[in-house]
Amino acid sequence: MLSDPAQNKSSRVEAAILARAGAGLKPEHIAEILETRADIGFFEVHAENYMGAGGMPHRQLEDIRKDYPVSLHGVGLSIGGETALDKAHLQRLAELNKRYEPGLFSEHLAWSTHDTTYFNDLLPVPYDQATLDRVCDHIDEVQDVVGRRMLLENPSTYIAFERSTMSELDFLKAIARRTGCGLLLDVNNVHVSCTNHERSAEDYLSEFPMAEVGEIHLGGHAPDMDDAGRPLLIDAHDREVDEAVWALYEQVIAHVGPVPTLVEWDNDIPAWPVLLKEAQAADQILARHRSANYRQAV
Amino acid sequence: MTMPSIPPSNGAAEFGSALLDPEAGTPDGLIGPDGLHAPKRFNVYRNNVIVSLCEALGETFPAIKSLLGDDYFNALARAFVARHPPQSPVLMWYGAEFAGFVDAFPPLESYPYLADVARLEWHWLQAYHAADKTPMDPGVLGGIAPEEVGAVRFEAHPATALVISRWPVLDLVRVNRFEPEANLEISLQEPQSVLMTRPELDVDLYLLRPGGDIFLKALSSGETLGEAAARAQAEFAEFSLSDCLSDCLSSGAFTGVEIDR
Repeated sequence: MLSDPAQNKSSRVEAAILARAGAGLKPEHIAEILETRADIGFFEVHAENYMGAGGMPHRQLEDIRKDYPVSLHGVGLSIGGETALDKAHLQRLAELNKRYEPGLFSEHLAWSTHDTTYFNDLLPVPYDQATLDRVCDHIDEVQDVVGRRMLLENPSTYIAFERSTMSELDFLKAIARRTGCGLLLDVNNVHVSCTNHERSAEDYLSEFPMAEVGEIHLGGHAPDMDDAGRPLLIDAHDREVDEAVWALYEQVIAHVGPVPTLVEWDNDIPAWPVLLKEAQAADQILARHRSANYRQAV
Repeated sequence: MTMPSIPPSNGAAEFGSALLDPEAGTPDGLIGPDGLHAPKRFNVYRNNVIVSLCEALGETFPAIKSLLGDDYFNALARAFVARHPPQSPVLMWYGAEFAGFVDAFPPLESYPYLADVARLEWHWLQAYHAADKTPMDPGVLGGIAPEEVGAVRFEAHPATALVISRWPVLDLVRVNRFEPEANLEISLQEPQSVLMTRPELDVDLYLLRPGGDIFLKALSSGETLGEAAARAQAEFAEFSLSDCLSDCLSSGAFTGVEIDR
């Protein structure tokens, strides 16, 4: 019969996410994950897929949560939006946090809703004072309503705004300083954005406020070309992590030590062993740089 | 005199409407690394938005996609997205207007059954995500005094929905979605009405007996068992109350009863 939510919590593993690799949770992989008792640090879910009232998705996530810590990753809150945050949506995020006790909770530096229209994409924001103030207000509101520190993810972008007055790094640093939020460092996004805007990813990473990083994302991107025939990388999450991204990741981990690391694969989803192998590759890098100061989740 | 303060805009309104309108140009102030206007770069966003929403609709309406073929479906979905963009970031709730849009789409007027197929698929997704609730024990009715049974009102399960159709809507979704291997002969002359519910995790679809649609529609609009049975019988002489009621109870469509006294 139907499970009793009150009983669920006592039968779960600890919520905290250790500095190991995890994978994005896909419904088509769940049976195999549970059957094989996959050896993996954690699973991350997109919050919006679990906002229905009941049914299979919640049952599956509860089954996963019994055996693994979970990270809750919002993709639709529109923190960079010009209009006010959707209060009902924020409430749903708070409820999911309460229900599943995720070890990490994150959202994006992007917008996806204007007025009431939702565009289902992570759209870019100009890096100027007015946007900074608005984003900080929104993050204050999120941390207030959800009642915990959130991590904000650096974006993949394809265009820049003429009106931007500061760099992405200064923008992110100011947000972390003003709101106290942590950062989710998406290394693939760094590679994609730096390629697209002809900047050095190494320079970007060397200035990134690593002390605030609570989680790292890795994922695959697709190559394309821009108006002038320059390389344009698309954050497609539809393939293996690129060699260049692995190299940047290893540099980061060598520098800061092990951090919980997620491999994302959301389109053209492969068989479970293929995704697990990607996570294991990240785990090997983490293991190489594990020292006496084993770093716990933030 | 002080001017009312206008919150600074980052141009989201212009950016957003250009995303949904392929005819619109690229908003001003968006540049590539050379500082030049970069329409192809903006089109990455436009493409992400349209393609991802068409894919979301394709996942919600796979039978419609199978009936129309990928190319036609995607053209239809694009027209729908432009007219009815999502109003919530929760995409399981996106597409409520799709059946009505299909129904009113002039090029599809010779396929009048498509709208009912879309309606069934929409309800299926809502049933899949509906709240968990334990169905009532069918034996409960046996414990009610015979003179009171007619005054019983049923409480529907949160996943229960009724799709009344003049078309073979159940066979169409079976062949085009749930049982693509099934060798079904579909007669477009056969009206089919469907009861949908989800006693545990799987959504169940039941073909209703003749008159069952009238009966269930009356029950779900709050009529008593007696009223609903009388209505079904008046409109359909062969209506069998006992068969229809036992189908509904064993399906798990109801979670409880209350009695008017």
